[in-house]
Amino acid sequence: MRFSVPKNAGPSTVDEPTIEKETRSKEDVDLPWQVVVHNDPVNLMSYVTMVFQRVFGYPREKAEHHMLEVHHKGRSILWSGMRERGELYVQQLHGYLLLATLEKAS
Amino acid sequence: MEICRRNDEIEISELDPFLAELLRQIPASTDPEGVSAAEQRLFSPPADPNEIEICAEWKLYVKPELRRLFQTATETVAADLEQLRGNEKTFANRTLRIPSKHAEAWLSALNQARLVIAAKYDFTDGELCDHYRSPIGSRRDLSLFQVNFYGFLQEFILRELDGWDKGPEG
Repeated sequence: MRFSVPKNAGPSTVDEPTIEKETRSKEDVDLPWQVVVHNDPVNLMSYVTMVFQRVFGYPREKAEHHMLEVHHKGRSILWSGMRERGELYVQQLHGYLLLATLEKAS
Repeated sequence: MEICRRNDEIEISELDPFLAELLRQIPASTDPEGVSAAEQRLFSPPADPNEIEICAEWKLYVKPELRRLFQTATETVAADLEQLRGNEKTFANRTLRIPSKHAEAWLSALNQARLVIAAKYDFTDGELCDHYRSPIGSRRDLSLFQVNFYGFLQEFILRELDGWDKGPEG
């Protein structure tokens, strides 16, 4: 919510402030979304690590940690936040041919 | 076969006719050829099917973009592979030079090929980890060898990319 004063308001005139209501979309108040990467026995571990570094800008150690989580547990949550950004990440991961999905955080 | 980095190129030399042929097959191997498992793997769903809106938008906008992305990478690789074309000296060893700026395209095409082949043959985890399986006695064995050979190339390119990122001494 924010307040605004009409532009033509002179110094001697005091208008009632106009209240602009900003509506928040449903997804703004919704649960965050998660970008999940799933295990794939074909993709090389070194390749997956490189992709995590590139897409999320993670340092090698963090990227390797997630890669190993994918490898051993079958999936890893790489990121969580707003849906639109998550969709972009999933698209990038698919561009690198990783198995990635966007999920609502439980 | 020898593989090394030479200035701004990856040089694969002493390529015997068999390995040269496997390399020539990369672009064709990326084609799912109507095998739904392979198509499914290249274009896997972005979310649970119940997320109808996400899946519908994806199909409409993202999937065609991904298809173009994969196609561009394959075309770049196919152009590089022109170096291995020609019937002259068929049985002689050949050399292939991959410019560093094409490394990303090679990573993508090799990955596409490996995923498509693995999906077509439905290789098990055990098979994919069996790097020393020999001799090659069937089309399936050959395809598994192909997946592993392409994986080896990917590993080398990744290592070189890492080196390029770190500069000439990397």
